[in-house]
Amino acid sequence: MQRKELIAKRRLVWQLISFALVFGLWELAGRWPISLAFPPFSKTFLALLRMTADGSLAKAYLSTAQPLVIGIVLCGIAGIGFGIGMGLSRTIEWFSLPVFIILQAAPMAAIIPLITYIYGIGLTSKVLAVVFLAAPVIVMNSYKGIRNTNPSLIQMCRSFLGTRRQEIIKIILPHAAALIFAGLRLGLAMGFIGIVIAELLITPTGIGDLITYHSSVADYPEMFAAIASIIAVAAFAIHGLQRLEHKLFPPEIRGSS
Amino acid sequence: MMPAEAIVEARGVGKTYDGGVEALKDVSLALSRGRLNTLLGPSGCGKTTLLKIIAGLIPPSRGEVWVKGKKVDGPGPERAFVFQDFALLPWANVLRNVAFGLELRGMPKEQRDDLARKQIAEAGLSGFESSYPHQLSGGMRQRVGLARALAVDADIILMDEPFASVDEQTRRKFQEELLDLLRHKQKTVIFVTHSIEEATYLSDQIVLLSPRPGTVSKIIHPNIERGGRNPDEIRRDKNYLDVVDEIWQILKHYVV
Ligand SMILES: Nc1ncnc2c1ncn2[C@@H]1O[C@H](COP(=O)(O)OP(=O)(O)O)[C@@H](O)[C@H]1O
Ligand SMILES: [Mg+2]
Repeated sequence: MQRKELIAKRRLVWQLISFALVFGLWELAGRWPISLAFPPFSKTFLALLRMTADGSLAKAYLSTAQPLVIGIVLCGIAGIGFGIGMGLSRTIEWFSLPVFIILQAAPMAAIIPLITYIYGIGLTSKVLAVVFLAAPVIVMNSYKGIRNTNPSLIQMCRSFLGTRRQEIIKIILPHAAALIFAGLRLGLAMGFIGIVIAELLITPTGIGDLITYHSSVADYPEMFAAIASIIAVAAFAIHGLQRLEHKLFPPEIRGSS
Repeated sequence: MMPAEAIVEARGVGKTYDGGVEALKDVSLALSRGRLNTLLGPSGCGKTTLLKIIAGLIPPSRGEVWVKGKKVDGPGPERAFVFQDFALLPWANVLRNVAFGLELRGMPKEQRDDLARKQIAEAGLSGFESSYPHQLSGGMRQRVGLARALAVDADIILMDEPFASVDEQTRRKFQEELLDLLRHKQKTVIFVTHSIEEATYLSDQIVLLSPRPGTVSKIIHPNIERGGRNPDEIRRDKNYLDVVDEIWQILKHYVV
């Protein structure tokens, strides 16, 4: 117990040191200066405080979160459902697996202009941008989770007279749960990429608007503060999900890794 | 010992897997009720395949299997399987694992947990009800697998090399417990092993299989006199040693 605390404490110290180092270098580079458009850490941090205080940051996140959350929830329901379907049914697998393999490999950002062309510049397009980036990994993870079920457990279920329905509910789904959840986490990471690209490429809204606007009026500290904040938010969200994943599905009791 | 009433019969069973591997060829045998029957043979000769065909888990390519006068076309409530790799749910504790067969049959939770607790106690696992499989030793996991099979109260227990992955002391302890089980409960056991000593020590009847494609090469009834003697005495018994040697004389030709 004590040892664990000590290790945790030591890790925290190292993390703080590494943060201090990065911010210190940033400060130096900004003061040198590398480029007039590159503000030192201190100015960026002050800009961040200003934007937090005047509410513009909160407003931006509120509007960025909307398409992101809608997109991830859509993927979470439809994508997981579809991946499960693909894993369970050879027919669904046959006609959709190639599509998702291609989607997963394709640079999806390239189709954002096409989405805009069809769906305009509103919320729909932004949700779709999130969906297109997040869906492939969510679907594929769910599919793999289902497909990787330990065949011996399925035989066990059948030998004890389990029905196909029981086999799915009591063996296949619990077995796949960890991989499905991991897919959701990776999907969220892709979703962050999708929403930022959409907000920069389609119409500037939310955090994308903050970045574009401050860049256009040469408020570089504000621009960098916005960029740094979205990186931090994404990193925290994904790290949080990873912690939750470990808690819900500790490696030793999960069916598959 | 003349065959008592046959509870399991295989008639001309053959199995060719997709891809063309012929695992079994024309296997016919009769296994007696209330006895311990062993399938013995070299690795890869089709023992698991034959056991799973009897269990109804894989269909034979040729021939048929009859269990209690009915032709097998799938698993049935009179048969329970003990898996070589235990096949326990990693996310379920011992209690749920042992009760799992009953859970699948739709027995109410309280009732099935009661039955499972009894089996757990008989398996010597009391106190481990809420442990997870990864917290148990190989021997304990196999006890859970056996308790699960016994909980559904099937007449026929099919065991695929159940003691293969436990240490020698545990293995011998298991063997005694299995004999004990047979003395007290009317169970028919079909037991797969590749150990000559284990087969001879335990069995009423040994079905010796030849290498792939597996065919019945000999059926042996060891007829070991147990009558209150301890295991070490039995293992020094002349009859026991003769049977071990007889099987070895056949099997050694199969070793390449
Ligand atoms: N699902 C399968 N598909 C193809 N070949 C198989 C399959 N299962 C087993 N075999 C082959 O059938 C033969 C018999 O296997 P098995 O019944 O497991 O033997 P044993 O249990 O006696 O070691 C082996 O050669 C094995 O490779
Ligand atoms: Mg085998």
